[in-house]
Amino acid sequence: MNELATSPNVRQSNGEGPRFDPGITEPIWKIRWKMNMRSLAQNWEVFKESRVGMFGLMIIIAFGIFGLLWPIMINFVWDPLVYHPVVGFDPIMMHPSPPVAGHLLGTDPIGRDILAQLMFSTGREFLLGVLSAVISVVVGTFIGAMAAYYGGFTDTLFMRLADIVMLFPFVPLLVVIGSMMRLDIFSFAVILGFLEAFGGITVILKAQALQVKVRPYIDAARVAGGSDLHIIRAHIIPNVLPLSFLYMMFNVTAAIVSEATLSFFGVLNIDMSWGMMIHTAETAGYLFDFGKYWWLWAPSGFFITLFCAAFYMVGRGLDEVVNPRLRKR
Amino acid sequence: MALPDSGPTNDVNDVLVRVQNLTKHYPVGRGFFHRQHAVLHAVDDISFEVARGEVLGLVGESGCGKTTTGRMLVRLTNPTSGSIVIDGTDVSSISGADMGTFRQKAQMMFQDPYESLDPRMTIFDIVSEPLNVNHIGNLEQREERVAEMLTRVGLAPPATFMFRFPHELSGGQRQRVAIARALVVNPGFVVADEPTSMLDVSIRTGVMKLLAELREEFGMSYLYITHDLAVARYLCDRIAVMYLGKIVEIAGSEEVIGNPVHPYTRALISAVPVPDPAVVRPIPNVRGGVSKPINPAPRCRFYERCPAAQKVCKESDHPELREVAPGHFAACYIL
Amino acid sequence: MDALLKVEDFTMHYSTKAGWVQAVDGISFALNRGQSLGLVGESGCGKTSIAMSIMRLLPYNAQTKRGKIYLGGRDIYSMTAEEFRQARWKEISMIFQAAMNALNPVYTVGSQIVEAIVEHEPDTTEEEARRRVAELFDLVGIPAERSDHYPHEYSGGMKQRAVIAMALACNPSLIIADEPTTALDVIVQDKILREMEEIRRRINMSMIYISHDISVIAEVSDIVGVMYAGKLMEIGEADDVFKRPRHPYTYGLMHAYPSILGDKRDLATIPGEPPNLMAPPEGCRFNPRCDRATDECRAVEPLMTKVAPEHSIACHNPVWAPSSGGEQVGVAR
Repeated sequence: MNELATSPNVRQSNGEGPRFDPGITEPIWKIRWKMNMRSLAQNWEVFKESRVGMFGLMIIIAFGIFGLLWPIMINFVWDPLVYHPVVGFDPIMMHPSPPVAGHLLGTDPIGRDILAQLMFSTGREFLLGVLSAVISVVVGTFIGAMAAYYGGFTDTLFMRLADIVMLFPFVPLLVVIGSMMRLDIFSFAVILGFLEAFGGITVILKAQALQVKVRPYIDAARVAGGSDLHIIRAHIIPNVLPLSFLYMMFNVTAAIVSEATLSFFGVLNIDMSWGMMIHTAETAGYLFDFGKYWWLWAPSGFFITLFCAAFYMVGRGLDEVVNPRLRKR
Repeated sequence: MALPDSGPTNDVNDVLVRVQNLTKHYPVGRGFFHRQHAVLHAVDDISFEVARGEVLGLVGESGCGKTTTGRMLVRLTNPTSGSIVIDGTDVSSISGADMGTFRQKAQMMFQDPYESLDPRMTIFDIVSEPLNVNHIGNLEQREERVAEMLTRVGLAPPATFMFRFPHELSGGQRQRVAIARALVVNPGFVVADEPTSMLDVSIRTGVMKLLAELREEFGMSYLYITHDLAVARYLCDRIAVMYLGKIVEIAGSEEVIGNPVHPYTRALISAVPVPDPAVVRPIPNVRGGVSKPINPAPRCRFYERCPAAQKVCKESDHPELREVAPGHFAACYIL
Repeated sequence: MDALLKVEDFTMHYSTKAGWVQAVDGISFALNRGQSLGLVGESGCGKTSIAMSIMRLLPYNAQTKRGKIYLGGRDIYSMTAEEFRQARWKEISMIFQAAMNALNPVYTVGSQIVEAIVEHEPDTTEEEARRRVAELFDLVGIPAERSDHYPHEYSGGMKQRAVIAMALACNPSLIIADEPTTALDVIVQDKILREMEEIRRRINMSMIYISHDISVIAEVSDIVGVMYAGKLMEIGEADDVFKRPRHPYTYGLMHAYPSILGDKRDLATIPGEPPNLMAPPEGCRFNPRCDRATDECRAVEPLMTKVAPEHSIACHNPVWAPSSGGEQVGVAR
């Protein structure tokens, strides 16, 4: 590190007295922390104005509580032999059983409790959705920023790749991948995340990064002496990040839907999920008798829809925070 | 402002910036059917010098190449040809580690105070960025230096400004932040690209005075880019007038304003509105409007609009700068 | 003579989440047929808001608190929307800020003006409207054949002329020009201003020029109004205002900007920043920045008072020194 290059003239004009006191009483990290909290609070104020967003957030919180209930229920309330979502069996009744006192949402064709399955799966849906969305957005933001900043070959490479990924039919591709390797929920989330990252999200985030790139403050950073990496890291990515965060919400929806679709086809190596529940009903042939065995497919179908809708609604609410155009001043 | 006027070929030792035959061409209209590219001569073979401690004003209408020139001087744009030497450093050949050293010598101020500060950064981060990226000082020293600069540009006490975001500041305050950032590494040379043109009048005067003071105090040189001759006259020692990528006249600022010789400079001066209804200005003696210097014909660039145009202006290439009076250069055949 | 436009104690505030923005507060002035008024002030001083008020083009969160605007003797805020729609363009039209970018890029310039004419004068046939466009183009100095060209084929100055032609299309008796030349280079600005003034004189039209640039206002206005923080500070005949600016703000504005005339002189600075219009200062709104402010200025709001036959100011402690600008003569050119 060099010595601080202060101007001799300025030093003279300030006299030989004590070094310049910035007048800050707190360490910088503490001030930054406070500022972050403050801007978070401001954004929260804007978000709170959005009814759709708040409604979605409440649904997500409800799902969270519902999912957290699972370990309590299975350890302290329910008998694991009867209520285990995968290997549980209630020997005292015919299956599938409609909702009764012991099974509030009935049982599936092989005697497992529907409510327990729903509850057990909620946590995994969160894991899947959030993990794949985070991967897609982190990778997508980075690629988008690089493609926008460097342009030329980097740009062409990633944009053509995005075209291919977007043109490729998603579901058949995943079916093929699923039949080639054992996809558990974790690897599925990672693959989904990367596929999304190289596809549409890159294009969207690149477009945003391009808008940032031409702003004069990028020139100012270059004149300051910032390297390409510094500019991408310190200026382009932070200014793209709000939009990335917004798309993260929409990507959760996409991941859940993909999982449900693939589970329905039975190509995922997942023992239980909402999609799996419908798959069970379908393989046992109960899906054709639609209205009669509604408890086999309706709860999970409803949960998938509601879960996706909730994240979408939060995304809509965040849109007002992120998008200054929509912000009412 | 006691600096002697120094002409572009005046070989004084204290030249800080020497620009020679600087040229920037942009290919345009690279359409499907255009086999031959049209070329926009944004800056075309210009040469000038800025002495240590001098302020040179670069004046012209939009599209005359003044901003491109400024950007080339701090290497935001690479020139097509020509050389720029700033304080002994050949700007076009800098690479790697030398870039950091160069960035501490030459800085730039931008026009738009709303767009030239990253909205997601605090004032401290913005002003300390040049120190930060060049690894100058530790955090404590940077804090001190930023506070010192903020105080110097009139944002005092610094503690109340350092940890705010640009949108919490007014336009004038933001431009002061931008000035503090440009000067935090104590550069010897600053390209100022119309830093006051977007500010309101009552705010603008304060910023202009600040720029003049800082120049005295730091002994800096500016290349002051502006479309406003009155501002250039107030701040600059010399003024270079640009037209379609060429310098058409360069002289001491009072000389340019009081005794313009190039027909374009004359027109420009007579078009400046005057805050006095009693003054009747002559009608600017030019025809038509500014075109773009795309594949310009080999004749005087001002030929089409010139009231004094003669045969020689059409038949010869664009005239070279000639010394018409000591230290007063103009590019015109009819003088 | 009855005034063409009369604004009486007009007050309009914007409602925002944070509170009321007092954008226009107690503005009064009158404009006769054939006169031009220049409104000068910095951004946020309310000059565009007053123009929008006269055009009845206020956004939904604007509220007229008090005062009236009379156009040709009729109170425009008591007209029905349909009545005013007819008055707009025919009696009063506007050249918007950066209007040259408002031309629709997919239609030829001529057809856009034809459309505007037919829209507001349904009796006009398209043939007549086309003839009118040719006349208008002649008036603003665009070759008639250019009317079939698209906006992108026009230069900035030409676009601005086209916008002026559009504003003139229905022969209004008043045109409001909001920063008509701000985006233009000086030489083009000079030409456009000269042309607008010539047209105004020729067809005896009234004009309100709005600009942040006091020099532009000096060039074109018969009457000058200086606005600050939603208030009119000084209004009067241009010659008198510029020769003897009474209000310290006017004085400051005139001396804050370097001139290319005369000797190089030091600039007057107006310290501080314009006030927040949600909570403007007590008394005179300019008092925190005024070097002549007294306790009276800080407590009592000054009223408009006449200081000359056609010259009023709102100031307790006016400047009486004559401006040095008046004695200067043009430099040799």
